[in-house]
Formats: sequence, C-alpha cells, structure tokens
Amino acid sequence: MYSGINISQTDARPMYLQIMEQIRARVAARDWPPGKELPSIRALAAGLNVSVITVKRAYLDLETEGVIVTRHGKGSFVAEVNGLAGELREEQLAEHLQQAAELGRQLGLTEEQLAERLRRAQRQTGRKE
Amino acid sequence: MNDKHIDMRNVRKIYRFFTLDDVSLALEPGQIMGFVGPNGAGKSTTLRLLMGMNSPDAGQIRVLGHEIPEAQAVAKRDIGFVSAEMRLLPHTTLGWHMEFMKSIYPEWDGGYAATLVKRFNLRPEQNARSLSLGEHVKATLLLALARRPRLLILDEPTTGLDPVARHEVISELMDVLRDESRSILFSSHNTVDVERISDTITFIDRGRIVDSDNKEDFLERWRRIQLQLPDGVELPALPNIVKREVDGQFVTLTTNQFSAGLRSLIGPHVTHVHRMSLEEIFVANVMHHREARAQ
Repeated sequence: MYSGINISQTDARPMYLQIMEQIRARVAARDWPPGKELPSIRALAAGLNVSVITVKRAYLDLETEGVIVTRHGKGSFVAEVNGLAGELREEQLAEHLQQAAELGRQLGLTEEQLAERLRRAQRQTGRKE
Repeated sequence: MNDKHIDMRNVRKIYRFFTLDDVSLALEPGQIMGFVGPNGAGKSTTLRLLMGMNSPDAGQIRVLGHEIPEAQAVAKRDIGFVSAEMRLLPHTTLGWHMEFMKSIYPEWDGGYAATLVKRFNLRPEQNARSLSLGEHVKATLLLALARRPRLLILDEPTTGLDPVARHEVISELMDVLRDESRSILFSSHNTVDVERISDTITFIDRGRIVDSDNKEDFLERWRRIQLQLPDGVELPALPNIVKREVDGQFVTLTTNQFSAGLRSLIGPHVTHVHRMSLEEIFVANVMHHREARAQ
C-alpha cells in the first residue's frame, strides 16, 4: 500500500478520479509540499494494485490542472506555483458551501437561519483553537 | 521491426464443434492485458495456440518475436505459463519442483522464490497430494514467477482462490509490472480483477474477438443514459446506441460511443447519465454482438 491512498470498489467514481482527488487533498493540505517528488507511475500502480494506465491517466489530468508537473525522464513533482494550495482550498470551500446551501434548502432553512448556523460553527471552531 | 510481446493476426482454428475465427491480439511490453469471455468462448484455445500447444489452421502468431509454433522452444524459455488446471506432480513436494526448475532454468531466482514461499504462505516440504486448490494455483504461479520470464500467460489465475489469496496473487502480478520490459496476458471471467489491473482489455465470445481497447477508453466510451420523454415527444435518430429499453415515458439507452455531442442530440429530457462497470460493459457488448450476428 502506498501512503494511505485507497481505491474503493463501492465508490461509483472511476479509479483515476479517486486517485486524483486523494493527491489533490494531500497537496491542498501541504502534506505534499511544492517540489515534492511523486511516486513513479509504475510504483504507485504496483502499490495500489491498479493498472499503469489508470495512474498514468490520473497524473496526466493532474498535470493539466496544474497540480503537478512532469519532467521528462525525471519524474513528477508537486507544482511550485504560488497559491496553488490556496486555490485548491478555495475550490473545496466553494463546494462545501454549495452543499450546505443545498442541505439548508432541503431542511427549509431561511438564508438568515443558515447564516446563523455558520456563525455558530465558526464560534465553535474558534473555541477549539 | 516488431517488439510486441504478442502479435497474433487473423488466426483461425477449426474443431468439430467449435471454430476460433479471425482472432488478432497485440500485447506491448510493460502492459497487462485482461482476456475476458464467457465459458467456452475460446480463451483457453487462444492461449494454447500462443504457447504452440496447437497449430493454427490460418493466420500468424509471433510471441516475443518468435514464430509460433515453429520457434516455440526458444520463445518458451522466456514465457511463464500457468493454467488453473495445473497441479504439482503427486508424491512430490513444492521444494522438489523448485529444485527441478532451478536445474533446468539458469534464470531461476532462488531468493525471489523464497520470498514468494513466505508471501503465499506455502510450505515447500508439504506433499502435493495434501495441497488445497488455492495452494496448487499459488505453487504453480510461484514456479513460473521465480523464473523471471518476460511474458506471463495465465489462464484463469484467480479462479477458485479465496479473496485473500486472490489479493496476494494480484499484488504479485502488479509487482512484476514494476519492470516495464515485462508483460502479462491473463484470461478471466472475474471482471472486477480485470477492471482493476488491466491496461488493455479484449472481449471474446463464441470464437471471435468482440472488442479490444485500452481500459480507460473502454470505461470512457460506454454510458447508460436514462431519460423521461413526455407523451408525443419522439427521439431523433441517434448513432452508436447498442440497446434501447422503453417503459412508458421512461427510456434507457446504452451507448458504446458516448460524447457531449450525443448528449446534446438527445436533448433536454435526460435525467441520468451513468458510467458502467466493466462487467456491465462486457455483458452489453456480448449481447449486442450476438444480436448483430444473428441478423
């Protein structure tokens, strides 16, 4: 097994997307800092017991997104782009807020009630720190 | 120049009750190909032709660059073949087989063999007659792997194995592929294993190749599209639909060539677009081809 990345058979998303999401999360959390070398495609494939072509696809798409860079013959690295981790977190936040808005709508909360719940959550997080 | 590990072209083999026809396969170094088909589809027959155990009635076969069956002796030095039907010889032990392999194959890797004995949880001194089915499979696989062949041809390697043994075997196969000059062809009807570890997938049914593609493209091409059509609304003519099921207003389309263009052609009535598992793709593919051939 490699560094806690998991492929779930009950996850309806394709395996390459599961790999991408878990690498993105590690980059966003800075567990994988800019410049860190990623495992080679074959090593990750062997570690996860998934085909080489699946890992290749995940790396290609992560490169297109600008999360990693691949230097020919040298391997793949977390991109050095400034603020990339911030951008990824920004995206995560937008996604979570959208889900919260949707759940609020399903529960019949007003805008103000939902905002109040967010403030309460902020106060709780504040107390923990 | 031909550096394919397997290059089989338009092969035909006629038996009294079964014909393998126009079968072509290509396997590149560094790849795993899953060879999938129902029972009796011709999987084992194809693998036996690759191993030179039978001669084709038409077509060409090259394995590791050697003509088969003519140059099979040279080719086989670098091929590991395991079939689920293989057993160790009765009245012997795995240890005896390991010594025997070591004496005939100079490439035999004793250290790797010892590692595999541990990983597969085998006992070299145990008599072959008291081995379980799974232990026979793991033992024959060990004997093939420890020769470090460039090409592994495996006929149903995970059939009859419990989930833990299957995991052990699959991990070991993936380990072989860390070296990009090696390759594996394995037949199976376990589509979960095939979907997970194969780079390319070939479907065979009733002696003919039904489809062959790289796995990611397979999974990307096939979709099940659900729609709800209000009364009086007709669908336009749609390309690449292999199956259409209608139940009142509810329509399910299966396509083997999904694209944004197809989706916009269907229009605003789409309720869901689902990806398909390899098993679903396999069944839809086989049924579609059987219908097409019956017409």
